[in-house]
Amino acid sequence: MKKNRWLIALLLGGFMGAMAQAQELEIRVELPKLNVAEYHKPYLALWLEDEQGAHVANIALLYDAKMRNNEGEKWLKDLRQWWRKSGRTLAFPIDGVTGATKGPGVHHFTFTLPQNLHAGNYQVRVEAAREVGGRELVTLLVTLPVKKSIEINEQGQSELGTVSLLLKP
Amino acid sequence: MKKALIKPLLVAALLTSAITAQAHRAWILPDVTVLSGEAPSVTFDMAVSNSLFNFDHVPVGNASLIIHSPNGELLAPENLYTGKFRTVFDLTLKKEGTYHIAISSQGLFAKWEGDAGKPQFYPKRGEIFKQDEFEKVVPKNAAKLEIVQSSRRVETFVSLGKPSAFTLTQQGLELKAVTHPNDLFVGEKAKFQFYMDGKAVEGVDVTVIREGTRYRNDPQELKYRTDKNGEIEINWNGAGRYYLAASYKDNQAQKPASSRAGSYAAVFEVLPE
Repeated sequence: MKKNRWLIALLLGGFMGAMAQAQELEIRVELPKLNVAEYHKPYLALWLEDEQGAHVANIALLYDAKMRNNEGEKWLKDLRQWWRKSGRTLAFPIDGVTGATKGPGVHHFTFTLPQNLHAGNYQVRVEAAREVGGRELVTLLVTLPVKKSIEINEQGQSELGTVSLLLKP
Repeated sequence: MKKALIKPLLVAALLTSAITAQAHRAWILPDVTVLSGEAPSVTFDMAVSNSLFNFDHVPVGNASLIIHSPNGELLAPENLYTGKFRTVFDLTLKKEGTYHIAISSQGLFAKWEGDAGKPQFYPKRGEIFKQDEFEKVVPKNAAKLEIVQSSRRVETFVSLGKPSAFTLTQQGLELKAVTHPNDLFVGEKAKFQFYMDGKAVEGVDVTVIREGTRYRNDPQELKYRTDKNGEIEINWNGAGRYYLAASYKDNQAQKPASSRAGSYAAVFEVLPE
């Protein structure tokens, strides 16, 4: 079953061809202001997956990369799905992806879609994990390439506010 | 075949087993199983208990504790302590991959009828099997003599970074990971295969219980039996640490035993999606 789906994806991809132009994804992530006794800025991971959930690329990773003795890396596993899909195979920090943690507010991230990306359905996943706090994973579904400008919004419930994806053809 | 017999006996003679016959739920419990960062440490508890995972009976001794690093090196437990209820130790994970923490024992168990029909056993409760002692104590032509080739294994796994494969000893009842034990998530079925003396076996009875039994009335045991490929597929009922217990018995024993029996227990951590 899985194999078949892969095969279809491959055939479709081959048929429609890889996307010719570099397209830039914009992702907006709202981190809510939380009324808690002890607040730490959350660890945050943004990445791209294919329809089957296979990891395609990392978009951003925010964590305490500057802590003494790289102690910030100890908590990366708390971004559970990201750790499993990508993190556990990587060396840190990841060039061009790693950044410092951010507090409450709306944060913008951009990502140039790989040129060789096949047409099809993809998922942008946003995972937040906060020290002494909770964890949340929000998924945005997108079909690539796009013919007109799109904006996709998903609402987080606890650790994430509104998560938006903007893409122009 | 002959070689296969001699080896477990030798190992059994060398091992000082920490697991006694009355141990129902013996476990090695890691505080965390999936780790990141530079040389993180994990703390473990070893105990025999009724409720999972509370310390309500006796500790498991560390005499036959064996820890393998991802590349097969033997590691020593750190900060070892045995109290009234549990044994505690730490482990520093210096290399990426999966660490295998286990206690195991193999040996023969004999039951016969002594004078005046009184039932006799070797090893007795709490005793440790030793080949030379077995030869001395067990009368070869005793009435109703029954010898069982018996094995026990209690283990757990923790991984730094990407989980790696681990090897089976080919002795006693063992679990082969089709799904890696450090890659378990709610909503995803996990497939495990059971081996007896290095061969996949059908008919292994497996019970799986999520932690926190003290705080619910129904223990919510999940029961499985291995198919002809020795496999089971577990559907976890929620996130948490799980106790898995398996047992197997057949008559494919090496002489002088007439049957072989294996018991296996492990602790796994299942993460929320």
